[in-house]
Amino acid sequence: MGLPGLAGVPTTDVKQTKKDFTSDQEVRWCPGCGDYAVLAAVQGFLPDLGLARENIVFVSGIGCSSRFPYYMNTYGMHSIHGRAPAIATGLASSRPDLSVWVITGDGDALSIGGNHLIHALRRNVNLTILLFNNRIYGLTKGQYSPTSEQGKITKSTPMGSLESPFNPVSLALGAEATFVARTIDSDRQHLTSVLSAAAAHRGTSLVEIYQNCNIFNDGAFEILKNRDSRDEVLIRLEHGEPVRFGADGQHGVRRNPSTGSLEVCAGDDPGVVVHDATADDPTQAFALSRLADPGTLARSPIGIFRQVERPAYGDLMAAQLDEAAAKQGEGDLQALLRGKDTWTVA
Amino acid sequence: MQLTGDRFTAETASFGNDLSTLPNFPAEIRAPAGTLPGVSSFQLHFANYDILTPGDAPDVLVAMNPAALKANLPDVPKGATIIVDTGDFTPRALKKVGWETNPLEDNSLSAYKVHALDLSGITMEALAPFDLSRKDASRSKNMFALGLLSWMYGRSIDGTVTFLREKFAARETIRDANIAALKAGWNYGETTEEFSVSYQVKPAAMPAGTYRNITGNLALSYGLVAAAHQSRLPLFLGSYPITPASDILHELSKHKRFAVRTFQAEDEVAAIGAALGASFGGALGVTTTSGPGVALKGETVGLAVSLELPLVIVDVQRGGPSTGLPTKTEQADLLQVIYGRNGESPVPVVAASSPSDCFHAAIEAVRIAVTYRTPVFLLSDGYLANGSEPWQVPDVDSLPTIDPNFATEPNHDGDGTGEREFWPYLRDAETLARPWALPGTPGLEHRIGGIEKLDGPGTISYDPNNHDHMVRLRQAKIDGIAGIPDLEVEDPGSEARLLVLGWGSTYGPIGAAVRRARKAGHHVAQAHLRHLNPMPANTGDVLRSYDRVLVPEMNLGQLALLLRGKYLVDIVGYNRVRGLPFKAEELADVIMEEVGAL
Repeated sequence: MGLPGLAGVPTTDVKQTKKDFTSDQEVRWCPGCGDYAVLAAVQGFLPDLGLARENIVFVSGIGCSSRFPYYMNTYGMHSIHGRAPAIATGLASSRPDLSVWVITGDGDALSIGGNHLIHALRRNVNLTILLFNNRIYGLTKGQYSPTSEQGKITKSTPMGSLESPFNPVSLALGAEATFVARTIDSDRQHLTSVLSAAAAHRGTSLVEIYQNCNIFNDGAFEILKNRDSRDEVLIRLEHGEPVRFGADGQHGVRRNPSTGSLEVCAGDDPGVVVHDATADDPTQAFALSRLADPGTLARSPIGIFRQVERPAYGDLMAAQLDEAAAKQGEGDLQALLRGKDTWTVA
Repeated sequence: MQLTGDRFTAETASFGNDLSTLPNFPAEIRAPAGTLPGVSSFQLHFANYDILTPGDAPDVLVAMNPAALKANLPDVPKGATIIVDTGDFTPRALKKVGWETNPLEDNSLSAYKVHALDLSGITMEALAPFDLSRKDASRSKNMFALGLLSWMYGRSIDGTVTFLREKFAARETIRDANIAALKAGWNYGETTEEFSVSYQVKPAAMPAGTYRNITGNLALSYGLVAAAHQSRLPLFLGSYPITPASDILHELSKHKRFAVRTFQAEDEVAAIGAALGASFGGALGVTTTSGPGVALKGETVGLAVSLELPLVIVDVQRGGPSTGLPTKTEQADLLQVIYGRNGESPVPVVAASSPSDCFHAAIEAVRIAVTYRTPVFLLSDGYLANGSEPWQVPDVDSLPTIDPNFATEPNHDGDGTGEREFWPYLRDAETLARPWALPGTPGLEHRIGGIEKLDGPGTISYDPNNHDHMVRLRQAKIDGIAGIPDLEVEDPGSEARLLVLGWGSTYGPIGAAVRRARKAGHHVAQAHLRHLNPMPANTGDVLRSYDRVLVPEMNLGQLALLLRGKYLVDIVGYNRVRGLPFKAEELADVIMEEVGAL
């Protein structure tokens, strides 16, 4: 299919359907959970990739979304809290013939697993990471998470949380990620297009998915989803297009000439910036990620923020192995054990 | 100083002596020179017969400054030879180590054969023709001392000359100056009348074969490469730098042509996580660390127990708790590796007994991990890691083969309605091991995780009886590991009533001590545990067949606790945690005291 991210992964000519990717396990998320939509989108779009199903692996951590692998009829591992990127790094860098996906949440990826996430991004391991962000701890029943807005009232913060939230897209860009995107659970078409681009990317793709937890944080993304409000607050990024939003594109984003930061302007302002996801310099992508209000999420861009080429970690590792074998010949165990300084006792 | 010791060891090894070494150095990289905490030493014991330890008390001490002399003097027996570099015996340097007067002048060393030489000055003079800074020239004094010692003991310096040529190939002046200093040292011994004697220690009588000198960390690295070769699995090492285990990461990083992948992770948790991920993909996943790292890896070891995937965790133990004594030895992680996880989480434990044994212990750890689909702890320690001894190079054809026995097809009829299914937790009746099905194998797609699973299908199960059953199954699998040889007891004459039982790196000191006790006319039996979990089947019988069991350990009695609990046998412990291996003399005294009390 000419997708660099999946080069080396065996394909199949047999036509696949969503059913082929659906396991026999009963899905146990709460009725109405945003996770269902993402699962359906992934199961629905994977057949389009035409990959041998047995060469796909889903690795997850701990949390509601991390039950995801059980529902996929592929290889899968439900691991431990926060460690999925590390486990997937070992798998992906030793098995270039696999398409490796990481399923994680805001607590899993950004709290307990923050270190592994940033290092996977920095190394550019060939992984596709789906970060389900519902801005709350669901499985442990409703504590604030690293993406919860400041002042959030939860069981562990009855007087309001004290912490500033992470912006996962800003964080990923700061961690030298080569592919960073954001999408929304309820927008099937957008979700699918972003997932396709993420899978096609070689290196680590991070996709933040705004996902509704209807039990503990219902409506967290309502202003981005509601027909009446969404056009005014949601910025859809398209590579090569001016950054405009509003029902009739009446708003735009331009660079403030004195501060250099991005700000909202009129849609017909001559200074409206053009989105370039492939720019080497991540400055504008970062500035776009900062447009969103950390509390209300108004002016949230969705789409692909950054998509640049950098060699993937596993490919570099394999190249070193090949180079060593080419230069020194295949390993000879007996010669290794013998070494240079030996003596013989007769 | 460590380099000088390494070179003298290499010369001694190629000469054919048996030997044992004990490098001892501070945790700080450039600890302040001339201070007592800054002293770095290298102890070498060599002989024309087989020896077991680096020796209790050196016959020759070479001290390059007052701090080195003061720090090591307590170990040097009266009558021994002391070679001192007087170059640094200034009032200031003496004061730094708390000496009011110069011991070289106040007769306090009259019980020793002291050679006070201005090694620094002579080296500087020898290197005058070279265009060297004072600092660089003075650095070569170690090579001068090595040359002198080589003369005294009739070692060839050719190997070191070659070594220096290679090491300093890019820096000609430094290379030539070091070679000149080395030769000047040799010639100094040859021509001066300072040393009236030189010593001849003949090669030791050893079994026929090809030998090399090897440290524990190197032997362990080779053991892992060999085990990967013998199992036809690609080796994947996930590791985070930590003393004294880092050299295994360094060594394995050199062997990419053996398809060895080394991954320096962001932390200990990622290191073991990546290794486990690689194991899931069909690699031989290994992680190497020391005690503090094991503490961090605990949760992932538990996951590996639940996933039932092969994984080798190497713990090169050091002094603890916490950061403890990073460069010193200890064996106080035993209970941590056996019990340091949540839930019932049995993990096999193999402990190496000598530097060269690290090679075979690594292969044994891999055999158990691969055959039984389980994480395995391989224990070494700081003493084994950096200490060295001659090693008879094994013939690769003589090494055991290890069969990964990957699953290739569905293994169950499922609900009986036709299509065959793959059950990831359907066990082998004999080993109780589950199938290892690699991603990429069609028809065997399956999901595994840390949640309790239903026996057989491996799907999530919260059923109380199933959990009880699975806990017992996992335990039974480990308890039933086959191929663990019986505990062998060395009891010449079979008259002993005292058994001395050890594990790990105390093998050498215990063996040397037992020899001493026997030489003094006592009957003593000795046995050594290599498998700490499960233990050899006859362990209880062996313990019960002696009136008294003495267990020396470099901890406060961890093996003793296990033995008492498992076998209801009283144990006499001998426990020291000084960061150094036991001395043979100290253990011999303890043994003879115990024999006498019977």
